[in-house]
Amino acid sequence: MNRERLYRWIFTALAFSSLFFLVGITVVLFKEGLPVFREVGLFEFLGGKSWYPTYEPPDFGIRPLILGSLWVTVGALFVCVPLGVGTALYLNELAGPRQRAVLKPIVEVLAGIPSIVYGFFGMVLVAPFIQDLFNIPVGQTAFTGSLLLGVMATPTVASIAEDSLSFVPKSFREASFAVGANRWQTLTRVVIPAAGSGISTAIILGMSRAVGETMTVLMVCGGAAVIPDSFFEPVRPMTATIAAEMGETVMGSAHYHALFAIGLILFLITLVFNVVAEIISRRYRLKLGLGR
Amino acid sequence: MNGTKTVPFPRAGGFPKFHLRNLTQRIGFFFLFLSVMVTVLFLGVLLVFIVARGIQVVNWEFLTQPPREAMTAGGVAPAILGTFYLTLGAILCALPLGVACAIYLVEYTPKSYVVNLIRMSINNLAGVPSVVFGLFGLAIFVKFFNFGVSILSGSLTLAIMVLPSIISASQESLLAVPQSYREASLALGASHWQTIRKVVIPTALPGILTGVILSIGRVAGETAPIIFTAATFYTRMYPSSVFSEVMALPYHIYALMTEGVHADKQAPIAFGCAFILLCLVLCVSAIAIYIRQKQRSKYG
Repeated sequence: MNRERLYRWIFTALAFSSLFFLVGITVVLFKEGLPVFREVGLFEFLGGKSWYPTYEPPDFGIRPLILGSLWVTVGALFVCVPLGVGTALYLNELAGPRQRAVLKPIVEVLAGIPSIVYGFFGMVLVAPFIQDLFNIPVGQTAFTGSLLLGVMATPTVASIAEDSLSFVPKSFREASFAVGANRWQTLTRVVIPAAGSGISTAIILGMSRAVGETMTVLMVCGGAAVIPDSFFEPVRPMTATIAAEMGETVMGSAHYHALFAIGLILFLITLVFNVVAEIISRRYRLKLGLGR
Repeated sequence: MNGTKTVPFPRAGGFPKFHLRNLTQRIGFFFLFLSVMVTVLFLGVLLVFIVARGIQVVNWEFLTQPPREAMTAGGVAPAILGTFYLTLGAILCALPLGVACAIYLVEYTPKSYVVNLIRMSINNLAGVPSVVFGLFGLAIFVKFFNFGVSILSGSLTLAIMVLPSIISASQESLLAVPQSYREASLALGASHWQTIRKVVIPTALPGILTGVILSIGRVAGETAPIIFTAATFYTRMYPSSVFSEVMALPYHIYALMTEGVHADKQAPIAFGCAFILLCLVLCVSAIAIYIRQKQRSKYG
């Protein structure tokens, strides 16, 4: 029986790897990010209006970068919420088995396309198109980024929302039809409220994906680290800043530490999103009596 | 499948009289249909555009030759090879770890707070932005372990990134193994480990494979984690060891579009790379979907 015990130990140890990596990432980000606060104060870092890391003396204010991420993410929500939730509702409520057999793989393919391909597509087709359409000096703007990010987050939203819709018990719908509601009334007043927290989980996770997306925003947002006045100006989200500048920094410099501090903030934002999504989905499962 | 199909319900147009609510229903359903169509249309435009432009560039020379004349001519063979090595390395690292974690969660049924802790960490790890994995890889593998910018650093970084999806896929397929299989094996006197190795894992294997294949698509296309851990824009050399830096398809697309001086000559090469990457990812998902369909029909 000794061998059985040994295997049990091995599996136990390996099972904690993901926890180990999560803790490792947290430690590394803190260790490499915190030294920047010796150069600038926390509030100066978060609230500072200018990001000139290579100037002498350098300016490490990441407000333009945070605003860049915020604008692009909020913009993406306007695309991925209607498209994602609409697709989920259509798949769950209206599509017959045949349509589902075609549409579900399409959504999966959309989810599988690498972000660099979206970025490339955005750069060569969408950005010039938007430049012509709105007659603006550059096509690489917060708007372009939002559009592409929104489409990228759509499959995430659609598949999670569809899952939660399929958990709504049949009896809910039947009861609604029995009192004379039509399909649309049943959908909007019974099914959507019942799946509401599942749909919100989907939206939060979609948002989390949009905030963390790097290559697309790097290629289509224009990369100007200034506080934007409108949606049709270039922005530089946090992820893009890290990806673009890490290659040029000297290891151990203030700029290097500042980029890790941005990474830390990104990490904390997505952590909060995920924890909130987890709490909502757990409550939702309890509400519908699904356990776990 | 669809609950609404079995229940008699008032259809739009089924009423002799005009009802406002049926008009609302029509408009509402139209918008749902529209959202699906927009999504499908976007995918269609993206695929057609990249395939149409990419296919003109891709030929035998493009696939097998290294780049020439400062990235303005020749092929992208080193980038294809680099992506292959990085993906292979990442999967080789993540697969044993991920399957072991799933086996522990499903077969050794630990206490619920342990399960919750591990599940929480998997979910959160899955939500970490890819560029943050890149930072972690840079600090730990490139700097701390001193692997340098190399295939090794890049593979390990990608492995950690893809670990959560391998765990979830394995866990799902282990859970799908009927309990009676395990009971039958234990009843014959097999030990716990023997049951896992000879009964549970073989039965769950197709499901695990599907998960792994889908992760291949994801790893091959990731760019942000390898920018500072593995990738280089231009090398005529093929990688000689796990410590060499490599070209990789996704990074190559980015570099062609943002670096270099001959944008007009580099863009077609980028189209070629995007086309190859897209083909790779689509083939890989098609294989995974095919295996899954086959598996479903087997178990009913």
